[in-house]
Amino acid sequence: MKRVFPILWVLTALLLAYGTYQALVVAPTERTMGDVQRIFYYHVPCAWTAFCLFFTNLFASVAYLIRKNVRADALAVASAEVGVVFCTIVLVTGPIWARPVWGIWWTWDIRLTTTLVLWLIYVSYLVLRRFSDTAQTPILAAVLAIFGALDVPLVYFSIWYFRTQHPQPVMGKGGSLAPAMLHAFLINLLAFSVFGFMVCWSRYRLEMLKREVEQAQALESLAGAGARPAASLPLSRSAR
Amino acid sequence: MNSFWAITAATLVKDIRLEWRSKDALNSMLFFSLLVVVIFSFSFDPNAEESRQIAGGLVWVAFLFATVVALNQTWARELKNQVLDAYRVSPASPNGLFLAKALGNFIFVLLLEAVMTPLFIVFYNLRALGPAWQLIPVGVLGTWALVVNGTFFAALSLRTRSREIMLPLLLFPISIPAIQGMVEATRILLAGDGSARFWIVLLLTYDVVFTTASLGLFGTILHAE
Repeated sequence: MKRVFPILWVLTALLLAYGTYQALVVAPTERTMGDVQRIFYYHVPCAWTAFCLFFTNLFASVAYLIRKNVRADALAVASAEVGVVFCTIVLVTGPIWARPVWGIWWTWDIRLTTTLVLWLIYVSYLVLRRFSDTAQTPILAAVLAIFGALDVPLVYFSIWYFRTQHPQPVMGKGGSLAPAMLHAFLINLLAFSVFGFMVCWSRYRLEMLKREVEQAQALESLAGAGARPAASLPLSRSAR
Repeated sequence: MNSFWAITAATLVKDIRLEWRSKDALNSMLFFSLLVVVIFSFSFDPNAEESRQIAGGLVWVAFLFATVVALNQTWARELKNQVLDAYRVSPASPNGLFLAKALGNFIFVLLLEAVMTPLFIVFYNLRALGPAWQLIPVGVLGTWALVVNGTFFAALSLRTRSREIMLPLLLFPISIPAIQGMVEATRILLAGDGSARFWIVLLLTYDVVFTTASLGLFGTILHAE
């Protein structure tokens, strides 16, 4: 596994480079929007990656509550952190594109608002992780992830209704993509999915290593205490 | 099942009696929301039509902040003398405790709303143009939506560092659809433009979903050690 890991990273970097080349050079310039449309090749794949990671987080959280498996919790931390990063990229690139095309930075559109609320929920998830460093943190965080997942459909419906009640800004209607654009888009979708997966995996390995170190340190200090005559029962159990 | 309701009733009565004697939560909530009303009132200084449009938002933001004040006190009380630890090792149902706490907060916040609503009407010269009686289901469902999740997250953040800051950080993002429901329903009923039915149904759905989730997961967070 240790040997495969760097090779996969090199492959990911190559794929990303190829995707960037496709998006910036090969794909034709959009007729009405111009070059700013190229942000689409990053924006949508990042959104897709972020949603996949949040979904992974939910899955890992439920798995943790059922099995109490440390790996599931490490995966939940990793996917939430990386997911927030990708979601932030989505929320930043969106307005950069929207300003020249829609004429506004932000609108309370259904997808924008749902993404923003999802981002807020996962930021609060990370804050909870940060503010609570006891043994029960994984359980609390997993419960919060489930609450967040229950919340998202409600946000979606409330905005959906809210927006059908109010006038909408004119949306740039995409229509169908030209084949060259679709090609560049799909390459980037793949590249960013793999990139997100790799970052998440690295973070997961880091988290597992961190826990191993913490455990080793705890055992070491226990063993140190055990050398003294006042050793108590749990210490001798850990030494065995 | 009988012992479940006995526990709920006993905890609820105990909390109400404590509150009745000290009036800590109610007084701080009342004063807090009064401050919000006054500050909003002279920051915006709206005319009658503008008030109808913004009052829904102001009322619910004031109640939301005041609710957080009450919620922060609910569980902190049980930490003294290890009451919560005693509860945890007892065979009593965790949901009985949760339900009692949520109902207690519900009653306190409803009391607050009953006192503050007339003040809002006076300060903002409000007169509903829509069917005003529908504000009652909106108020009840909206309050329960805030309180059920608030009680849950107050318990969840109980053992975190600086839990009084944690509670709003956890509660507000999850409450966004409920807050939107309350604010929109109130605005529609005050301004009399259209039907608030969708928002009432949304609040009801929110309440059912999160009451179920809270009851399903409260045991997990109470016994998380």
